[in-house]
Amino acid sequence: MSTRKNGTPHNPDKWELRLYTAGQTPKSLAAIKNLKKVCEEHFAGRYEIEIIDLLKNPRLAKDDQIVAIPTLVRKLPEPVRKIIGDLSDTERTLIGLQLRPQS
Amino acid sequence: MGKPEALPSRAKAQRGEAQRGALPKAPTGISGLDEITFGGLPRGRPTLVCGAAGCGKTLLAMEFLLRGAEQHGETGVFMAFEETEHDLSQNVRSLGFDLENLIAEKKIAVDHVHIEPAEIHETGEYDLEGLFLRLGMAIDSVGAKRVVLDTLEALFGGFTNQALLRAELRRLFRWLKDKGVTAIITGERGEGSLTRQGLEEYVSDCVILLDHRATEQVSTRRLRIVKYRGSTHGTNEYPFLIDENGIHVLPLTSLRLNHPASSERISSGIPRLDHMLGGEGYYRGSSVLISGTAGTGKTSLSSSFANATCARGERCLYLAFEESPAQLVRNMKSIGLDLNPWTKKGLLRLEASRPTLHGIEMHLAVIHKMVSEFEPQVVIIDPISNFSSAGSGSAAEAMLLRLIDFLKSRQITAVFVNLTAGGNSWERTDLGISSLIDTWILLRDIELAGERNRGLYVLKSRGMKHSNQIREFLLTSDGIELKDVYIGPEGVLTGSMRAAQEDREKAAALARGLEIERKQRELARKRAALEAQIAALRTEFEAVEDESKRVAEQDRAREQQFIEDRSAAAIRRGAEATNAAKRNRK
Repeated sequence: MSTRKNGTPHNPDKWELRLYTAGQTPKSLAAIKNLKKVCEEHFAGRYEIEIIDLLKNPRLAKDDQIVAIPTLVRKLPEPVRKIIGDLSDTERTLIGLQLRPQS
Repeated sequence: MGKPEALPSRAKAQRGEAQRGALPKAPTGISGLDEITFGGLPRGRPTLVCGAAGCGKTLLAMEFLLRGAEQHGETGVFMAFEETEHDLSQNVRSLGFDLENLIAEKKIAVDHVHIEPAEIHETGEYDLEGLFLRLGMAIDSVGAKRVVLDTLEALFGGFTNQALLRAELRRLFRWLKDKGVTAIITGERGEGSLTRQGLEEYVSDCVILLDHRATEQVSTRRLRIVKYRGSTHGTNEYPFLIDENGIHVLPLTSLRLNHPASSERISSGIPRLDHMLGGEGYYRGSSVLISGTAGTGKTSLSSSFANATCARGERCLYLAFEESPAQLVRNMKSIGLDLNPWTKKGLLRLEASRPTLHGIEMHLAVIHKMVSEFEPQVVIIDPISNFSSAGSGSAAEAMLLRLIDFLKSRQITAVFVNLTAGGNSWERTDLGISSLIDTWILLRDIELAGERNRGLYVLKSRGMKHSNQIREFLLTSDGIELKDVYIGPEGVLTGSMRAAQEDREKAAALARGLEIERKQRELARKRAALEAQIAALRTEFEAVEDESKRVAEQDRAREQQFIEDRSAAAIRRGAEATNAAKRNRK
């Protein structure tokens, strides 16, 4: 799953992340907290997080092909990756964001 | 749900359920399916449709939605996990449905759920709330009463946490029930279980199994209702087909034998045969079997019936599996039957196809469709023996049983022509359907004195006093003629031997006539002679009488003379005359 083959920077300058939640559930809140922590630790100042509450905007679930909640979508750097879950497993989150090679 | 013998009749079942306020049902609109489910799928509950790849699950689910929207005014949601909206609308366009238009009219909503396992990475806890939100939104957008999930099992490939997934599925089905939507969930057939992922443990109200298998190179689709909680249903495997009008399930094996029985009689087209059948012909709605070896006139006999049917102004469907319509029409002209006017009037429909063209179930389905469209009063199938080449013997037999049931339930008189292979027992049909037949006419060759003639007899005919006589069956240029065969000390004579015998009988009759005349003349002569004799005797008698009268007169005259003479003598002798006279007086 490593993308180093095609020359994509391992830790690029711009990270565009989008987190889909459905209301203020414990899982959603945990995901937001865990995401912010990861971002600050690994690419502070180089990231943008958009949090979308699908209860308020359910159309986006269809448009963005969201099934599981919470879902984190890495829009940039490409390719698009989807990480589902509350991001409580930091190690797996980093692998999902391709900051770590898959063991 | 009962054992087959406990199954009440359909009307009873429906009335019973209505009385108990039982299970409301959502009609699928799929031809035949509503009949075997006695009204449709359980309303407000999920139904599982499972089967192997390519057996028609998606189509069945889609047709349920489309017909719901078009015929039953129930909007629907199609949640597709495998196909895109574009693919789906293309697939149903061939069935005459405009999915795009229905979506534009807000009658149907389609949501393609794309799950790409390679893109998804799991970290920690999650749920499938996104799916619920999407489904909820789609349902709300059209006010859906029906939902299809095709196929949920795709989820199992996309997520690794199976325990969580199963918990979410359980929640989904509960949620669907709470929403009150009638749902179809499709699932892939698994090894040893109905679905690969055991979806049947979540959907327990109604399970329909689709199957597609090939026997002897002929493939047949079949449908079976594995369970239907709270409702009676047909329990058999029903064949179904997919054609340009969608799915057709053939509920042809009826659960009971309650065909109406007409006492109306219809002519076979041959007066003499009608006479043999109690004088009036076949019963309307009965099944007639005409069997015989090659060239015994089976087609001619059935064509005569077709002709008679059309002449009454009724419709006749003639399914020919051996001859093309043109050939049949030409051949029948040679025996004075012109079928052309009837086809032109639309009373006769000749359909010819090779039996090996379709599988046996497909044949059945095609016949079923033709009958439904054309609504004939008479159906002729010529011959049924060919069906065994389109499927195994038992399949052909089952098919015919279904066909007979179907035609009887519609009060259609059916004529089945069966070619008996040479050397077989006469009274045997290859397909073993004789017990299902009401009237059985047997045509056979009678080989005698170097010629082959056709004989006809009525082997059985239920419910009428039929003739037990064998008749010679003649094909003349004016049609079919039945003749008495000659039965005498020399056995059964047919053909020229019968003709010769008839001639001999004619000669003998003539001779007998002459003999009688001669005898009568002789008697007349004798009588005349006797009368003459009597006259002569009378003359003689009269002569004798005259003579005796004359003699008596002479005698009297002589006596008189004598007395006068004596008196004269006394007078001459004097006184003593008185004494003498006195003495004489003493």
